[in-house]
Amino acid sequence: MLETIAFYLFATVLTLSALRVITARNPVHSVLFLILAFFNAAGLFVLLGAEFVAMILVIVYVGAVAVLFLFVVMMLDINFVEMRKGATRYMPLGVLLGGVLLTELTMLFGAWKFSPQIAQNAASPTPAIDSVENTHAIGAILYTDYVFIFQVSGLVLLVAMIGAIVLTHRVRAGVRHQKVSDQVNRKISDSMDIQSIKPGSGA
Amino acid sequence: MQEFFNSLFWTDYGLPGLIMVGQIGAMIGVVVFAVAYLTYAERKVLGAMQRRQGPMTVGPFGLLQPIADGVKLLSKETIIPSQANKPIFILAPIMLFTLALVAWAVIPVNYKWVIADINVGVLYLFAISSMGVYGIIMAGWASNSKYAFLGAMRSASQMVSYEVSMGLVIVTVLLCVGSLNLTDVVMADRPFWVQIMLLPMLVVFLVSILAETNRAPFDLPEGESELSGGFMVEYSAMTYALFFLGEYANMILMSAMTTILFLGGWLPPFGIEALAFVPGIIWFVLKICAVLFFFIWTRATFPRYRYDQLMRLGWKVFLPFSLLWVVVVAGVLLTFDALP
Repeated sequence: MLETIAFYLFATVLTLSALRVITARNPVHSVLFLILAFFNAAGLFVLLGAEFVAMILVIVYVGAVAVLFLFVVMMLDINFVEMRKGATRYMPLGVLLGGVLLTELTMLFGAWKFSPQIAQNAASPTPAIDSVENTHAIGAILYTDYVFIFQVSGLVLLVAMIGAIVLTHRVRAGVRHQKVSDQVNRKISDSMDIQSIKPGSGA
Repeated sequence: MQEFFNSLFWTDYGLPGLIMVGQIGAMIGVVVFAVAYLTYAERKVLGAMQRRQGPMTVGPFGLLQPIADGVKLLSKETIIPSQANKPIFILAPIMLFTLALVAWAVIPVNYKWVIADINVGVLYLFAISSMGVYGIIMAGWASNSKYAFLGAMRSASQMVSYEVSMGLVIVTVLLCVGSLNLTDVVMADRPFWVQIMLLPMLVVFLVSILAETNRAPFDLPEGESELSGGFMVEYSAMTYALFFLGEYANMILMSAMTTILFLGGWLPPFGIEALAFVPGIIWFVLKICAVLFFFIWTRATFPRYRYDQLMRLGWKVFLPFSLLWVVVVAGVLLTFDALP
């Protein structure tokens, strides 16, 4: 009974906050509702017994991705009246794009085929949820059957990161950077000269 | 009445629920009390380090000072700026304080003395502590003030940066213990050379938790000399008190995390059998106090970092080093067949 109540609570809040993400006028509110949605999705994962996925969802999406979203959105200087003016003008285009995406996804779903490898993996016996922790289970399958895909997705992310850095990095001339090694390697004799001066003679 | 106590509702939901509420209440009570006296301890220790007496007037040795401060903050007026985003402005301190308390659900204070003994305790702690940044960002944005906003920006980038190396430190510890359960992390059989290998990571972790809790020398989000209070500049009375309490509750939480990951939790120090007669909870509290003393000691000792120095330390020193050390520790453990 308790689990059912929890499920409906999480599911309701998740759906409502997902709706508010696209209907809220203030983009910062949208991001905050997005965070609430992520959090409730994590709650649903916990109910499923997938506590590892739930925690990773919170750490990665709530703790890192959404922080950067919020960071960017807060710095935007948006005129809300101006923004709403364009909404009706671009509505047909938006509907068209959405329709195309939906058709594509439907076609893709219709033509879905499983590779023979997957069938073989799926046929291998799944241990009961109380005999093995799902962290161990995910580790055991991720680093054996799916190690290639895992590594490739890591590489893709690395390339994306390097690409972003290459695109935005610029070398500015005339900027003085602090060189810590230079400062540490400085000796007293580099900057100071101790002289003994006799009284009455001057430097 | 008798019938009610024998009913399924009572045995399945009522009694466990009451026990749970009792445990939660006890934990929150202890943490809030500890927070109050941590502020007193900080002022006393800072005073001693600067050859002052610290609070002395309220009660014997100023022992009632935290209570006087609390009453003062409660009885003041909460001012909300007219241009502020009211719901978020009020939500921010509540969120910060709640998150600092919620994390205590998985902290084992003694063997099997824990509210929720979950399998992914370490990840839960990491997730909750990484959410702490929202309270600060929301406060900075909702205040509609430049100082608060700058403070929030600094805090966000600082906490995200140091979380990366903290994550890698936690990964290294997990490599040595082989479990995400906090009780197992403490009880794991760690040979002496493994402990030595984790020592550099303890240093990285201690510095990272200073940055994570926005404490000196990394208290740039507050930066009273240039931001006049940073993200909490617009807050007053109870809302300010919640920020203050949240910061100190986070300090205690991070100390507990250090104790569990590195200092052996409730076990006697250095595995000395002769000291095992002392109850585990006493060792746990003493170890937390030692780490808290480190927090205060650093505050009394070091000047504030410049912002670019802070970023350099996080991204160019700690991140490469901890990444390298994860590989080294994993390699050594694999070579000597010491993986758990």
